[in-house]
Amino acid sequence: MLSSLRTLWYTFLHLFQRNVTVQYPEQMPYLAPRYRGRIVLTRDPDGEERCVSCNLCAVACPADCISLQKSESEGRWYPEFFRINFSRCIFCGFCEEACPTYAIQLTPDFEMSEYVRQNLVYEKEDLLISGTGKYPEYNFYRVSGLAVPGKDKGEAEHERAPIDIRSLLP
Amino acid sequence: MTKFIVDGEEYSAKPDENLLQACLGAGLDLPYFCWHPALGSVGACRQCAVRQYANEEDKTGKLVMACMTPVAEGARFSVADPEAAALRASVIEWLMINHPHDCPVCEEGGECHLQDMTMMTGHTTRRYRFTKRTHRNQDLGPFIKHEMNRCIGCYRCTRFYRDYAGGRDLDVFAAHDHVYFGRHADGTLESEFSGNLVEVCPTGVFTDKTFSAHYARKWDMRGAPSVCTHCGLGCNTTVNERAGKLRRILNRYNGAVNGYFLCDRGRFGYGFVNAPERIRTPRARRADGAQADVNRAEAMARFAALLGAGGRVVGIGSPRASLEANFALRALVGHENFYPGVSTREGALLRLIGEILGAGAVHAPSIRDVERADAALLLGSDLPNAAPRAALALRQAVREAGFAPSAKVEIAPWHDAAVRTYAGDVRNPLFIATPAPTRLDDIALDTLRAAPDDIARLGFAVAACIDPAAPAVAGLPADLAARASAIAQALLGAKRPLVVSGVEAGEESVIQAAANIAAALRGRGKSGALLLNVPECNSLGLALLAPERPGFEAAFAEPPALVIVLENDLFRRAESLALDAALAATRLVVLDHSESPATHRAALVLPAASFAECGGTLVSAEGRAQRFYPPILAQGDVREAWRWLGEAGHAAGRDGCGWDTQDGIVAALASALPCFAAVPRAAPLETFRIAGNRISSEPHRFSGRTAMHAAQNVREPKPPVSADSPFSATMEGYYGKMPPALLPFTWAPGWNSAQAINKFQAEIGGALKGGDPGVRLLEAQAEVALGYYTNIPAPFAPRPGMWRAVMLPRVFGDEEQSARAAPLRERMAPPALVLNEEDAALIGAASGEMLACALGGEILHLALEIQPGLPRGVAGVAGLAASAHALPGWVRITTAGAGVS
Repeated sequence: MLSSLRTLWYTFLHLFQRNVTVQYPEQMPYLAPRYRGRIVLTRDPDGEERCVSCNLCAVACPADCISLQKSESEGRWYPEFFRINFSRCIFCGFCEEACPTYAIQLTPDFEMSEYVRQNLVYEKEDLLISGTGKYPEYNFYRVSGLAVPGKDKGEAEHERAPIDIRSLLP
Repeated sequence: MTKFIVDGEEYSAKPDENLLQACLGAGLDLPYFCWHPALGSVGACRQCAVRQYANEEDKTGKLVMACMTPVAEGARFSVADPEAAALRASVIEWLMINHPHDCPVCEEGGECHLQDMTMMTGHTTRRYRFTKRTHRNQDLGPFIKHEMNRCIGCYRCTRFYRDYAGGRDLDVFAAHDHVYFGRHADGTLESEFSGNLVEVCPTGVFTDKTFSAHYARKWDMRGAPSVCTHCGLGCNTTVNERAGKLRRILNRYNGAVNGYFLCDRGRFGYGFVNAPERIRTPRARRADGAQADVNRAEAMARFAALLGAGGRVVGIGSPRASLEANFALRALVGHENFYPGVSTREGALLRLIGEILGAGAVHAPSIRDVERADAALLLGSDLPNAAPRAALALRQAVREAGFAPSAKVEIAPWHDAAVRTYAGDVRNPLFIATPAPTRLDDIALDTLRAAPDDIARLGFAVAACIDPAAPAVAGLPADLAARASAIAQALLGAKRPLVVSGVEAGEESVIQAAANIAAALRGRGKSGALLLNVPECNSLGLALLAPERPGFEAAFAEPPALVIVLENDLFRRAESLALDAALAATRLVVLDHSESPATHRAALVLPAASFAECGGTLVSAEGRAQRFYPPILAQGDVREAWRWLGEAGHAAGRDGCGWDTQDGIVAALASALPCFAAVPRAAPLETFRIAGNRISSEPHRFSGRTAMHAAQNVREPKPPVSADSPFSATMEGYYGKMPPALLPFTWAPGWNSAQAINKFQAEIGGALKGGDPGVRLLEAQAEVALGYYTNIPAPFAPRPGMWRAVMLPRVFGDEEQSARAAPLRERMAPPALVLNEEDAALIGAASGEMLACALGGEILHLALEIQPGLPRGVAGVAGLAASAHALPGWVRITTAGAGVS
């Protein structure tokens, strides 16, 4: 008896508390830029694909929902295909953490429900965006050693010009 | 065994080991770069530093390099010593100063010894803030990719390529931290062992270009233990697959066979598995004469109908198909109708080899035995082209002469640079008698260029010099007699003499001469070895399966009603006109993995699995039966040839075709033929489990499982379960200590590179834990004696206007399957007719000119290549393995214009 009255009393008190219901979708919630939502592939500041198809996102993925195939053009590595099965994705962000080129990023978009599960399989065309995402400056090929069009050997950051192998001078 | 103490724990090692080897053998982790178990120590990288104490009282000790320190009885060391550990971390830090950190775009990433060692030493933060040196890369041909920025200067590549494999065109340039490993100019690496650089290089300087074209990380590929199908030696390989595509071939360590190295034909010749000319669906000939795709049930019905139609059914087996497939065909058609699918000439040689080895009177050496020989005679066999891995072993055999004098001044055999410096050019005697120069001539004590008949006579004379009871050669010229005597003395003076010949010698008499030498050595109480090389992966197995018949041509003597051809392009093995006529008169069923002229003539074509899609057993030239397993699982209608044959036999109501598993057919084979009784022991049975688990065929971090096939269907397919192997199809299952015949990939905690193999070896560089895989079928028995062959040929006499055409093998292109691989095709030179200068002048042709000669029933037009070493009257035919059935033989040669007119 006492317990029932106590329950009724607490319920009554709730009438005076602030309403927490948000009128989604009319009223959109604020999501921080680092929110872990839909995954995108970004481009470097020169507009080239950032993904070098290193497979680290795929191996970091606990749901094993990323699959890609490396291909190569003029020294640059690209994914021939890049597929994320969002019906398996748990949005943990490990792929973003593993990515050495800032190519794969999670965005604050979470509205990706589908009636047909097959439509949750995103290919590279669906994932690739035109911008740099959260990291506007970084360009992997300016840092790493491979020679690519527009950056020859020795032209990356912290590199000396290539060695003349026929010289014995220090 | 020597006892030594590391960090208070006692371990034991062989007395001639160095400490690094001993530590790895004891299961300890100690980082290293420049040391390699097959190459020895040079102490260049300073990575394996440990502390050595003089005795129990000594608490100070001194830092030493483990790879340069012999293990002495009771010696005390510390690996965990903080100063030694700090030094090792510093060394890595120095090595990493110039390393480009391009692991994401490096093919070695994820299986990199440098990554492993960096993790092992705990160097995690880069402190160097200055600039890195860079290098320009070279184009090293279709096999190897070059990225010199990654180099850490360990010198393993040149030590392997030059010192171990005898290559000349890879060297080190420049000095200090500028050192550059490459060629003098861009160009294809010439050595047929260049592919081993991929595994020898501890980082990503040399990577596999063919693999890069369809790259996947090591952790993403299913592996399967396999056996190379591109020559008769049976080197062990690991085959990697992802998404139904064969990605690459890696060396799989087998202490008795290939050790750490493969040849380029074996490593890069896999392209045919992924090629568009693969047969993927059954095809049957329609009423209008064209072939059309049919489904499996209809194909099977047609096959059964053809079998049931009556008349004589002939089966033609294949030297490149497994024992199981050949046995299934033999069981289906009956042994009286089973013919080996080799040319009559080759078959006669194979039968002779089977007879010599099968008698059990001589020891057929493994490749490791070849490496241990201390005197060798190459009789008629161009081993570097026919069986490159054995030639590499022979090179080590010659070089090991340096160990004895070095041991006298207390230099251990692993002390590589010291042994090479001290022993200099000391070599074990190697004699080479071949028609044309070989790539082993540079280390031979004596070489003889002669026609096969004269080579055979030399061999017979050597046998007669060793044992006077052997038939003597009459009328031998004095210089040949002197040479024969010198060879005989060298072989008699050796502890482990070796005679090498093979099918590539072309003449039965040469092989008989080699057998006589082996018998003579045995007669004198020597334990000689006789390596008789065979051309294909199961040539010897087929010869043992059908010992009564040399070839398939006799099958057409009386026209058969139906011919079943197993995995074979018969047009490479017989005169095409006669074969065409014979096949036109009969109905033809072909089971093969790739299109060939034979498949286009067939009434029914059945897609047989290649070595990458089915399991099987192959018998190598030493008589070792070895099992291979498929990395690619069931693909549509592609099935094991023995399954097609067994089911067809069953459907047609034939007896003795009732096997539905690999183990079933192997058991049937073993009970049907006594010489194969040991075959079931070649590998564990399908029912083999460890703690109730199958062996996982995928690494535990295999990725993309739920996305790989999502483009076709988002619902993941159920993984297939193999009824033929103890492997699971996924990463689920057991991985760890297992029978070595089942090792699907090499990995151990902290060891992601191929060097993880040290965790699976009972002794570093020796046998694997559990024994080296495979079972030898032909062991020499003490009580059996081999009689002498007495059929000594007459001396070679050139005929006016004619030339004795002999086959000159080539490493790239001679083998049918690998010749379909695009990277290998880039290395294949156009076919050539090889003459010496005087003979070329006689015809009046210049080098490169087109010549015509009649061979195998057709006129061939071949470019002239001038080879001064060739004897007069002998014409070499190179790059035309498809005409080998007509060789050796007498040909007329004319300049092409004259020949055409």
